[in-house]
Amino acid sequence: MSNRKRTSQRFVALCMLGVLLFNYPILALFNVPGTLFGVPVLYAYMFIAWGALIALTALVVRADG
Amino acid sequence: MLHSTAIIFTSFAYLGLLFAIAYYADQRADAGRSVINSPYVYSLSLAVYATAWTFYGSVGRAASDGVGFLPIYIGPTLIILLWWVVMRKILRIAKRNRITSLADFIASRYGKSAMLGGIVTVIAVIGILPYISLQLKAVSNSFSILVQYPGIVMPAESGALPIREDTALWVAMILAAFTIVFGTRHLDAAEHHQGMVAAIAFESLVKLLAFLAVGAFVTFGIYDGFGDLFARAAAEPSMRAMMTPFEGVAGGYANWAWLTILSMMAIMFLPRQFQVAVVENVDENHLKKAVWLFPFYMLAINVFVLPIAFGGLLRFPGGTVDADTFVLTLPMAEKQELLALLVFIGGLSAATGMVIVETIALSTMVCNDLLMPVLLRMRSLRLNERRDLTGLLLGIRRGAIVLILLLGYLYFRLAGEAYALVSIGLISFAAVAQFAPAMLGGIFWKGGTRRGALYGLIAGFGVWLYTLLLPALARSGWLPIGLLEHGPFGIELLRPLQLFGLAGLDQITHAMIWSMLANIGAYVAVSLSISPGADEHRQASLFVDVFSHTGEASGARFWRGTASAPELYHLLARFIGSEPATAAFDEFWRARGLRWPGDQLVADADLVHYVEVQLAGAIGAASARIMVASVAKEEVLTVDEVRAILDEASQVVVYSHRLEQKSRELEAATDELREANERLQELDRLKDDFVSTVTHELRTPLTSIRAFTEILLDDPDIHVEQRKKFLGILAKEAERLTRLINQVLDLAKIESGNAEWAETRVDMREVIADTLAAMDQLFREKAVRVEARLPDTVSPVTADLDRMIQVMLNLLSNAVKFSEGAKPLIEIALAEGDGCLRIDVRDNGCGIRPEDHEVVFSKFHQVGDALTGKPRGSGLGLHISRRIVERFGGRMWVESRLGSGACFSFTLPTGAGP
Repeated sequence: MSNRKRTSQRFVALCMLGVLLFNYPILALFNVPGTLFGVPVLYAYMFIAWGALIALTALVVRADG
Repeated sequence: MLHSTAIIFTSFAYLGLLFAIAYYADQRADAGRSVINSPYVYSLSLAVYATAWTFYGSVGRAASDGVGFLPIYIGPTLIILLWWVVMRKILRIAKRNRITSLADFIASRYGKSAMLGGIVTVIAVIGILPYISLQLKAVSNSFSILVQYPGIVMPAESGALPIREDTALWVAMILAAFTIVFGTRHLDAAEHHQGMVAAIAFESLVKLLAFLAVGAFVTFGIYDGFGDLFARAAAEPSMRAMMTPFEGVAGGYANWAWLTILSMMAIMFLPRQFQVAVVENVDENHLKKAVWLFPFYMLAINVFVLPIAFGGLLRFPGGTVDADTFVLTLPMAEKQELLALLVFIGGLSAATGMVIVETIALSTMVCNDLLMPVLLRMRSLRLNERRDLTGLLLGIRRGAIVLILLLGYLYFRLAGEAYALVSIGLISFAAVAQFAPAMLGGIFWKGGTRRGALYGLIAGFGVWLYTLLLPALARSGWLPIGLLEHGPFGIELLRPLQLFGLAGLDQITHAMIWSMLANIGAYVAVSLSISPGADEHRQASLFVDVFSHTGEASGARFWRGTASAPELYHLLARFIGSEPATAAFDEFWRARGLRWPGDQLVADADLVHYVEVQLAGAIGAASARIMVASVAKEEVLTVDEVRAILDEASQVVVYSHRLEQKSRELEAATDELREANERLQELDRLKDDFVSTVTHELRTPLTSIRAFTEILLDDPDIHVEQRKKFLGILAKEAERLTRLINQVLDLAKIESGNAEWAETRVDMREVIADTLAAMDQLFREKAVRVEARLPDTVSPVTADLDRMIQVMLNLLSNAVKFSEGAKPLIEIALAEGDGCLRIDVRDNGCGIRPEDHEVVFSKFHQVGDALTGKPRGSGLGLHISRRIVERFGGRMWVESRLGSGACFSFTLPTGAGP
């Protein structure tokens, strides 16, 4: 499998992961009262998941060279 | 301090700075040292996505439902991951066809249809008007609030003001003038606006910094960090409910998902996003950085949205202050004049960036895809005879910019007050989402046709008008509100907000479901039921298979007809100016090793296609086609002919694939043959060597036999002692000859597989003892001491007893031969282990060089040759011995160092023999 093709597939997989992370039912797990680091759980989760997704994207790009 | 004059002066100074940046970037571009050729500038220019909506509206949205502002930014983060696949394709297509706008792309894909381009333009302009009005509203509101400092007063309904006193109108006019100076100073064949992109990138930085500054101020200045802020907010029941926003909201997750999808389409198909992402892109590889940098930008600009929203709700309880203005009013309430001014400039950045790029993109569409095709067809205007049309093109664009901004202002006056900022923006998002089926279908599905796209767009846009625009006008009082409550003519089923009884969703989700259903349904159904024309066939293939067509000229395959080069030149010069036209022709001529205008060149399909593409860059694909057709006499291709060309092309591809495969197979076969040939040659050489060696070996003893026989024959008086000695030599040489011949025959038998092997149980101790007994005489003659270390019992091996004796004889006689020196010693060891017997025969002779360890086992190799110059054996003994041992499943090797003796070893398996 060529490098380019592998990178494309990694991006598609990341996209699917993101769609899962930011939709029902995963979101419902975090739709609860309480805080995490002083921030409401749902918002903390969203920004952490968002940041992680961006970091993974940067990794995929770097691996492509 | 915050006088209106100071604010206005600062605003104009800021706009002046932007213009300076743009001017500098344009100068650099002209000098060939582009400043926008950077993935960072590209990523920042994509951030034109974040408008006044983001800057002011996100906080407003967050203050009303907590989480609703986020899908607008998460959607792009997700879809941008697919840009590697989708956007790269769009970029490639756009570059190859000189696409200048979204309308141009869709028109070009579906057979360069002027009709389709026009429809897309109309939808884009009408759809974007609310979005532009949002920017005007944001700027005029923020200005009106800021001038009231230190008081915090919400602006009056602008409908109540006379038009001349309405700030929004002045904002619209100033922005129009600014955009005209920015985007339409000259005509670029590729529609690149390098200066504009540089200014936009700068504005993206300013608005991010301003927002982060106010966010940090609210979170850490007014409150004591996130924990403190959220803890205080949680004390209020209304805000505590916002922290778990999905609870109790019917369809909450569905609304969330639809907003995500909506913004996925918006980031690709908003005219301004298409402009910065596709048209202004200078290098495909910039995507690599943008796919993570742009989402990171969006993450950063959203971090403080919720803190500001909660901070505002805590600071201004009771709803006296519009949540859309919290970003500005919070610093004002805290008496932070400079911060408030910075916020205003940030909001101005967000709004102007959007308006500039959006109106430039829309004006290009209005000019190239709406007006030019119509004007060029109107023969009464005699446009075909005008020498220079660049002025006309620029004039149309400038007019379009003014018109679009005025229409945006009109929408603001008509409907802008009834909605919050985000809701206004979402209406525009839903409009541009209508382009998604035609665009995505167009680049991945060859079956999509012009009529399909046309009906899909009209159906989707119709539903948008009915379910989103109509209610907006009704709520503002321009249409009877009963229309919304009871449906047209009292038909409840047709209520625009609960179409066919679909209730429980928010307005945008409701509209998206119905419009996408209509749009995709019509696109697919019509595409499948009416067959496409020749042009559509060709364009579909060029777009969908863009990565397999190579070179710009691939479109030229489809053109047949006659044209003249000078006429084409004049055509091009009329639209893009004579200098660029000369440069373009010069480039084309030089690519063929000729010079324009000196050398004559037949205007072939390649040239016609080249001119059409250049022209498309200035006036759009559909208009370019009309213009080229006016000077070139084209033979119209039928659908069948286009299909034939396409088939031909694909057959050529298939054929060449087959040819490649054939030639690969041939190559493999050739390699095999060559190897076989080399093996044969090697064998032949070995055979020759063998024959010559054997002959040589036979001749040496024969020569000496003959010599001594002749001496004896010629001289009868020879002394008895001498005679006896000669006869001894004769007997010995004859014996050597016999042994040699026996060995050669033996080897021949073994190699040909004709040797007879007896397989019995053999006790190797007996073999060794027998051999030693047979050689006892020899040892004594040579004064060799032999030490044999044999265990009491060993397992028998399956082998041929005589052959084993032959092997031992060979090894021992070799050892005797080489055991020279003062105290010749031969040690024999027999050991058992690992399922096999191992026999070592060690001498203390001169040893064998490491590089000869394998060679001694080859045929006719005589180590003695090199050392003493005389042969010491036939050179076959070791070879035959190894063959015998291997025949019975064993192995034979030698370990030795030069000067310290050699140890020949072999193993034999003790298990069941072969």
